[in-house]
Amino acid sequence: MTVRELQETFGFGVVAMPQPDRTVSGGYVGDLLSWVMGRAQADQVWITIMSNVNTVAVASLSDVSTVLLAEGVTLDEELVRTAEEKSVNVLCSDLSAFRLAALLGPAV
Amino acid sequence: MSESLNFHYDVDGENFVSAGQASVELKKMLRRLGLPPDTIRRLSIAMYEGEINMVIHAGGGAADVEVYEDKVVIRLVDHGPGIADVELAMQEGYSTATDSVRSLGFGAGMGLPNMKRYTDEMSIDSVVGEGTTITMTVYINQ
Ligand SMILES: Nc1ncnc2c1ncn2[C@@H]1O[C@H](COP(=O)(O)OP(=O)(O)OP(=O)(O)O)[C@@H](O)[C@H]1O
Ligand SMILES: [Mg+2]
Repeated sequence: MTVRELQETFGFGVVAMPQPDRTVSGGYVGDLLSWVMGRAQADQVWITIMSNVNTVAVASLSDVSTVLLAEGVTLDEELVRTAEEKSVNVLCSDLSAFRLAALLGPAV
Repeated sequence: MSESLNFHYDVDGENFVSAGQASVELKKMLRRLGLPPDTIRRLSIAMYEGEINMVIHAGGGAADVEVYEDKVVIRLVDHGPGIADVELAMQEGYSTATDSVRSLGFGAGMGLPNMKRYTDEMSIDSVVGEGTTITMTVYINQ
């Protein structure tokens, strides 16, 4: 499914969605950035509660299709612009990382 | 040796909140050169880990990137404290990162292992009190 389909299907909030048509295939959960860079794969959805400028950089460099911020976490306005500039999709949800992984597991 | 395109990036040691600029620029440049996406991804992540390490552990440094027809070589040079035990530093989970750095998501002790994982060759040349030079090579398989 695409990032837009994912967002619509589960009713996630849109923080930044410069590339809605990217394909989501599998996922990774983690907040330690080097684990994410070592383990996450291109086109996955990355579920995290880490929301700073490094989150956007890591998402961009590791080619995940979208970041999904859990637990009601969001991005500063300036970072929203950075995400848009770097073509990084960022969605958000109030659910926990555990609930989100359980929800998305069968779908992507 | 064949001709190479050379790029130089200075890595500012002051601002570790926005570190990663050189890696982002490298990624853009590699895209423009039309390298395979997986090669770009490996190089970008290795460069980012190295760049972040120079910022958080060495007070900044410089990166030189050489792009050849069949390979890309990244050389990271800093004049920080050096690494006393390279074998220990290379172990997954080993980190001397401070709490403030950890709160930003770094300090898992996975950076150097990732650099090794994503490159075909990597060598660390470090002298305590003088600095560290890390050379990484990724071969381009078209
Ligand atoms: N350029 C450097 N200069 C001095 N020490 C370094 C340098 N790079 C790494 N180190 C040392 O090696 C350790 C391991 O580095 P590594 O990148 O694997 O983990 P980290 O930076 O601590 O955490 P992570 O990369 O997972 O965020 C560091 O904690 C630090 O002690
Ligand atoms: Mg590191």
